[in-house]
Amino acid sequence: MNLLEMKNVKKSFGDLQVLKDISLTVADGEIVSIIGPSGSGKSTLLRCATLLETMDAGTLKYEDTVVADNASDGRAAYADKETLRKIKQVYGLVFQQFNLFPHWNVLQNVTDAVIHVQKKSREEAEKIGRELLEKMGLADKEKYYPYQLSGGQQQRVAIARALALNPKVLFFDEPTSALDPELTGEVLKVIKSLKDLHIAMVIVTHEMAFARDISDKVIFMADGVIVEEGSPEHVFNSENERMQSFLGRYKNIL
Amino acid sequence: MALSQIILELLKGLGVSVEIFAITLLFSLPLGLLVAFGRMSKNGVVSGLTKAYISIMRGTPLMLQLFVVYYGPYYLCHIKLSPTYRNSAVYIGFIINYAAYFAEIYRSGIQSMPVGQYEAADILGYSRVQSFFRIILPQVLKRILPSITNEVITLVKDTSLAFSISVMEMFTKAKALSSSQTSMTPLIVAGVFYYVFNFIVAFLMERIEKKMNYYK
Repeated sequence: MNLLEMKNVKKSFGDLQVLKDISLTVADGEIVSIIGPSGSGKSTLLRCATLLETMDAGTLKYEDTVVADNASDGRAAYADKETLRKIKQVYGLVFQQFNLFPHWNVLQNVTDAVIHVQKKSREEAEKIGRELLEKMGLADKEKYYPYQLSGGQQQRVAIARALALNPKVLFFDEPTSALDPELTGEVLKVIKSLKDLHIAMVIVTHEMAFARDISDKVIFMADGVIVEEGSPEHVFNSENERMQSFLGRYKNIL
Repeated sequence: MALSQIILELLKGLGVSVEIFAITLLFSLPLGLLVAFGRMSKNGVVSGLTKAYISIMRGTPLMLQLFVVYYGPYYLCHIKLSPTYRNSAVYIGFIINYAAYFAEIYRSGIQSMPVGQYEAADILGYSRVQSFFRIILPQVLKRILPSITNEVITLVKDTSLAFSISVMEMFTKAKALSSSQTSMTPLIVAGVFYYVFNFIVAFLMERIEKKMNYYK
């Protein structure tokens, strides 16, 4: 069974059709990278999958829960509030701008939702939190506030915060685009290390070498449609003209 | 009249002023938040009504509002209220006036919050109420504290407007003493008291501001 299934997704902002007819499936534990030029709709697709945006039309399914489906008028109809609230436990999202909570220290950023959303004990939450911070190489930073950390460290806290809720799929929306190359490296290394957790990951990224190395599947989007998708070898060696012109800029680093 | 007697009399008045000050803050700060919600409501009727309320509270003199609250029940509805209503009228007048100002301060703070904070909270599964009280409001309070301080200092001085409906607060006493003694002294002493009052308020607010400076 697919963990995530999106079918015929359409989304417009005013007159601008950002997603034209996108279908996407993610299997349990699968790592999917979405690449493509800016404005191609990659982030919007992620925001539709995580319910930060509502689709105009299309279906969205997590495991066997239907989150949204086309109604008789052809527009997407969403499930009831309770279903939408529950489904948020299935996925997590790491933002480009980290979006840590500045008034809380690192440990509280990671544990607060575990305590107040998942209703686990503080003790248990802190155990989970400390283990994750350790894995992120931030064991000594739990008392720091976000402003005291580098961008790379902040992003690693954000990854720990998302993982603490034990999602089945973790979305990354250009996780390194706000970072300089040095910090990018440390964040990519951490994301690669998540492979042993066997959770599914959907990563929107401009880091081509990273996408090639980590992914089971690569999706190339342009102008609101999927132009090419498949194994990294298949996509990066594609003869497709649009793909070629996009990759041309990256050829020297691949 | 000896200076010590003047001071003693004015201190009694100061007690009343402090009461007006404290009760106004106690009720108008939470009420202001409620009004801010109304002002930002997607319901056009609710936001329209609160907008009109804020506009009237800010657009007319507080002294006039005190008159309306105090004399209104009698002139408009022929309800005779006991003389002790005087104090209630002052509280009501001050609370609804300051709630309107605080509402606009809250609103500016809430609307200045980056949308990413709401989105992060939403993704983590917080309910709307949880994300407001755990994540948004604490940060809003830090942002709006300097504006709140301004209003609180103004409130200290505004308590003297209760003079207009003869509530026995410090300014009313000072004015009465000054007339009966034909002396400036009571007014000067009252001025010193207001100044010290505000000095303490400013000091405390600065302490709170510093306390909230543990993050950026």
